[in-house]
Amino acid sequence: MSRNAGQRPELMDDLFGMEAARGWESDEQFGSIVIRRLGPGFWLAAAWIVFIVTAAALAPWLPIADPNETGVGGRMEAPGWSNWFGTDNNGRDMFARTIWGARVSLVVGFMSILLGIFVGGTLGMISGYFRGMVDRVISFVVFVLLAYPGLVLALLIVGLAGQTLPIVATTLGILAIAPIARLSRATTLAYAEREFVAASRVLGATDQRIMVHELLPNVLIPMGALTLLGMAITIVAEGGLAFLGLSVEEGFSWGKMIVLGSAPRTLREGPWVAMFPIGAMFVTVLSLNYAGDRLREYFDVREIGIGQS
Amino acid sequence: MCAKSGLGKADMAAPLLSVSNLHVGFATEKGLVRAVDGVSFDLTEGQTLGIVGESGSGKSVTAKTLMNLLPSYARVGGSITFDGRDVRAMATEGERHFWGVAMTMVFQDPMTSLNPVKRVGEQIAESLRVHLKRTRSEAKDEAGDLLQQVGVPEPRKRLRQYPHELSGGLRQRVVIAMSLACSPRLLIADEPTTALDVTVQKHILDLLDELREERGMTMILITHDLGVVRGRADQIMVMYAGRTMEQADTATLFSQMRHPYTEALLETIPRIDMASHTRLIPIPGMPPELVDVPDGCLFSQRCRSCSDSCLTDQPPLEVCGPMHVCACHTPVGTEAGAAARAANREAGVTPAGLDMGTFTAVEESA
Amino acid sequence: MAGSGTAQLRESDKMVLRVENLVMEFPAGIHQVVHAVSDISFDVQRGETLGIVGESGCGKSTTARAIVQLPKPTSGTVLLDPGTDAEIELTAKEGEELRAIRPRIQMIFQDPISSLNPRRRVRDIVAEGLSIWREEHPDVDVEAQVDEVLTAVGLDPEVAASRRPHQFSGGQCQRISIARALALNPEILICDEPVSALDVSVQAQIINILEEMKERYGLTLIFISHDLSVVRNVSDRVVVMYLGKVCEVGDSNTLFSEPAHPYTRVLLASAPEPSAVVDESESAIGDELPSPMDPPSGCRFRTRCPRTTGLCASEEPVMAKVGLDHFVACHFPGSP
Repeated sequence: MSRNAGQRPELMDDLFGMEAARGWESDEQFGSIVIRRLGPGFWLAAAWIVFIVTAAALAPWLPIADPNETGVGGRMEAPGWSNWFGTDNNGRDMFARTIWGARVSLVVGFMSILLGIFVGGTLGMISGYFRGMVDRVISFVVFVLLAYPGLVLALLIVGLAGQTLPIVATTLGILAIAPIARLSRATTLAYAEREFVAASRVLGATDQRIMVHELLPNVLIPMGALTLLGMAITIVAEGGLAFLGLSVEEGFSWGKMIVLGSAPRTLREGPWVAMFPIGAMFVTVLSLNYAGDRLREYFDVREIGIGQS
Repeated sequence: MCAKSGLGKADMAAPLLSVSNLHVGFATEKGLVRAVDGVSFDLTEGQTLGIVGESGSGKSVTAKTLMNLLPSYARVGGSITFDGRDVRAMATEGERHFWGVAMTMVFQDPMTSLNPVKRVGEQIAESLRVHLKRTRSEAKDEAGDLLQQVGVPEPRKRLRQYPHELSGGLRQRVVIAMSLACSPRLLIADEPTTALDVTVQKHILDLLDELREERGMTMILITHDLGVVRGRADQIMVMYAGRTMEQADTATLFSQMRHPYTEALLETIPRIDMASHTRLIPIPGMPPELVDVPDGCLFSQRCRSCSDSCLTDQPPLEVCGPMHVCACHTPVGTEAGAAARAANREAGVTPAGLDMGTFTAVEESA
Repeated sequence: MAGSGTAQLRESDKMVLRVENLVMEFPAGIHQVVHAVSDISFDVQRGETLGIVGESGCGKSTTARAIVQLPKPTSGTVLLDPGTDAEIELTAKEGEELRAIRPRIQMIFQDPISSLNPRRRVRDIVAEGLSIWREEHPDVDVEAQVDEVLTAVGLDPEVAASRRPHQFSGGQCQRISIARALALNPEILICDEPVSALDVSVQAQIINILEEMKERYGLTLIFISHDLSVVRNVSDRVVVMYLGKVCEVGDSNTLFSEPAHPYTRVLLASAPEPSAVVDESESAIGDELPSPMDPPSGCRFRTRCPRTTGLCASEEPVMAKVGLDHFVACHFPGSP
């Protein structure tokens, strides 16, 4: 605080008083940008995500039990020292299974959202930038996709093409295309109006260059935040598919584990068989949601314009 | 009161509005933003005060403080008295029938003052019903009368229209009608014509003048354009970075300006009768950040008459003529000012590091 | 008022740009068309500053965009280097051919902050033009050029180049826009309300920079604004527009000291500090701007003009000479 504050102590009491200033809000007319911190919650969430991804990636080399080996512990043993998460009804170690299940869940979640963003994002940008006929055609396709009942589409594709990892991931990806395209289009529309795009055209930039150099960096921000949020959704969606028996046949994901663990008898005798995968999914989805949201907010604020002169 | 504002009281009538040592700060993450930093003025009934300043000068914040429109994270110090009543106390007590009744405001952008989904007549009538307890039909009639008074053609028809169906000029007239509904004694107009075309600007300003005379209203006209207040204000207060730089009645301000900022403003704005390519003297630099305000005069970094004391001591607002106050160590037209400027010219640079070469070309003798 | 007519076009090979019978119309709803610009013509001499002034809805910004073919005008021609061997008809160019000519005409816009990509660094923004045309000009030292233009507009490249737009003030952002436009060494610089969004204390800075750059780089300026004082100060020649038409064209000092068109006179009388040249009473006209979708027949200004007669409704006035380099489109020009 500058010296002036010291000169008027009674003023400082008045100005700061006992009530803390409410919230940090940006006040454009004073030319100050309030930069919100990402916050401790974000870092916590990010830490979990890093942890689970690392654990899943390194699973084959971690000193944990073989998830498929039966009889590691007794049948349906409660969580204890030898089996941290207990065992399931086939005597398999739940801890190992939870970590191995993460592999499928995370891969499906990530690959599908990646597909969605790549295809949906591009379609949205093209549609938002070129407008006119191109926009109409693409928007129509997007509407159709949106209108199509997701589950039926999933059933169709998986039923026809098989229940392998790539197929399941692609199916979820296809379902993600439409909503992402809409967001991408809306964001592109907003930025395409801005004068820096006109300036680029005046300089002689091609449409391609404008989309890549001018629009993409701006559109990427909400898209990036959407990646995390989207992953959260696809992980849950995969769980839903698993419940319908539509998820990957070989191997197992959290969704599948939850299904297996939700058989009434298993649930009664050993709730941990379902609870741990549920817990893992819950925490992961929560972390992804929260981190995605904080990121979006953080980048949003950065753009607020400043006062004149 | 005289000492604080510095303006001698020729007539001893108590002022209608008295603002004393007003401080408004906003607590932000960067620190305390001193939007208004010690502003005082008195306004006699029937007078028009013009407040001139750029963005960041604090003029709009002052208006909003008077109107109790500050956000919750604002901190206010000082006193505001209207007709003997303590305005800040009324604000804390939640007085409902003061603002919009005795004191009203017209904003820059009529579109944001008007509810886009409500008919125009309804919006005017609302004020009448809430504050003056008129019935629906009475309010409607009065609304029509008000529209007529502000020069809206076909007033009855307009009552039923939505804001987007009206042009910018008409919308502003509607907003003025709304503000006049309860016969206010003080009307604050914050850049009322900035968003309008020049032909419409004149009509709106003329309208405000007419209404003021007819109703004996007091007015505060806030603008960034010195030209606008020249013909329409009795007193002018020039603000910069939250502080008052100079205050005087209009004729005096233009004929004997004292503050280098006022002088610089006049030299930097092209006038319509100036020949093409008349060189404009720029004011270098930008208005200061209002956080962690430096010591000394806030204009010193951009001032031609800067002296060493300007960098360390904040100049107090002092009397420099009849009905004329100025906050400057080296005012224009005084010995101190002339000496400072001459010294700067010789050295080629001001104590603040400003290159005097920026001001070559046509420069009036200071 | 509004003139069709090309009397104001100058015959000379010193012209760098000529706009002839420019029309811009936009569809608006079913069977409705916004007549933004309706048959205007003017030219710009090399090294001159042409000011285009008018209120909202007059079509001045649309004209600017039409000149750079963004979008292409509905009809009319825009010529570069008219009357010479190097004459190019911009309106006839498409695709790559058009793109190749773009570096010659650059533009700066009204909103300084919206004019810069918030995600890019200043260095990249200013170098954008040079990057685009790198293949055609491989031996240009991009970094040096960027440093040079940034310095020319009064910014220190070492400090400014690696920052992002949000770290600068409005005036500084406008300087960056100017630097970006100048990096390509254009011949013509169109300034669309460049100072309207800036504080008054900064306006003169930018105006002075534009004048300096004009001299230094040998530019021709087209300066668009609604502020008459600014336009008069900056321009050599002025075009006054109203509702898509040109009212009056002429040398800046002549036009403002002897305004012939009633609309020009109204503008001068309505300024906050009105011109001494006209009587204040001339500002008394109706507030209502006619709709550009259904503009008045004949002279478009007739619904607000104090001198209107039946002739004004039936016959559109054509541009006619009323003085040395002074043209008006009015049936009753001159002082009242």
